[in-house]
Amino acid sequence: MTTVPDRIDRRFREAAATAGLLDVAYDYTDSPVGKLLVATSERGLCRISFDPEPERELDWLSRAFGARVLRSAGPIDPVRRELDEYFEGGRREFDLPVDLTPLPDFQRDVLVELIRVPYGHVDTYGGLARRIGKPRAARAVGGALNRNPIPIVVPCHRIVGASGSLTGYGGGLERKQALLGLEGALLPT
Amino acid sequence: MMEAVAAIPPFERFYEERKDEIFGYLARLLGREAAEDAFQETFLRALRGYGKLEHGRHLRAWAFTIATRVAVDQRRRATPVAEAPEVPVHDERPVYAELEHLAGELPPTERAAVVLRFGYDLSYDDIGAALGSSAEAARAAASSGVRRLRRKENA
Repeated sequence: MTTVPDRIDRRFREAAATAGLLDVAYDYTDSPVGKLLVATSERGLCRISFDPEPERELDWLSRAFGARVLRSAGPIDPVRRELDEYFEGGRREFDLPVDLTPLPDFQRDVLVELIRVPYGHVDTYGGLARRIGKPRAARAVGGALNRNPIPIVVPCHRIVGASGSLTGYGGGLERKQALLGLEGALLPT
Repeated sequence: MMEAVAAIPPFERFYEERKDEIFGYLARLLGREAAEDAFQETFLRALRGYGKLEHGRHLRAWAFTIATRVAVDQRRRATPVAEAPEVPVHDERPVYAELEHLAGELPPTERAAVVLRFGYDLSYDDIGAALGSSAEAARAAASSGVRRLRRKENA
């Protein structure tokens, strides 16, 4: 059977993105915390996934943003660049716009507030709950963080338990520790 | 429980499933070099239409439809060919298998009908849709194409 030459396949994927025909472009990138799937919508970065399972990711992206999801390297390059700078220690803030539009209001409020926790600092679930004006919602905040679609850039690793314990992390506690270590964060004692 | 709906798959999945077959089809219709541009045009057109699909049924036939239109447009810009005379034909598939190497000289719609029917086993309904006509017209185009191939072989 005839197969499409790689060069023709790549050319189509780039042309599709350049023509603005995609709801979502995604690609993979290597990082010190493992291979990541990174996706952008027309509004901005919309997904970073640890240990990605491609079929599940495609289904989620397609439901959340539209079915025109295609792997295409070009639109991901700016994200790749900022992530590389972050992991090399040279970047403390991301300039990338993020797209949180498909999320429920509460989760979006939590994540928007979370973006304001600075590099190298930590806050607690309760603290974040208070800052969004829902002081009794610490547990719900935990749930919202656990389903954060854009970890690292939306820094849910900076939220820890009131005792200073790492508590939990969607990408696994080792990664949370690695990210906080990279940032030189001091945990509350 | 609800009946499973033929959901529209993420485009990546559709593209990965169809890309080699569509490239092969275009290469048969147009030759490999012209197929490269037609391939890109086919899937860009598919992307333009993808957001308007209402379900995920018949996506294979849909992909062939777009590819056929792209190829026919491209070949119409090349040379026109005279109509084939009426000669009755019966089982055309073996004839096509022997004569495919001559198919490059058929007019675009006949060539597409012949290749879709005998090369990819599409139904005349689907081929009619691909050609923007009817099942009857598709059958006629395939028959006419096979007659022309026979004539070329005997020429």
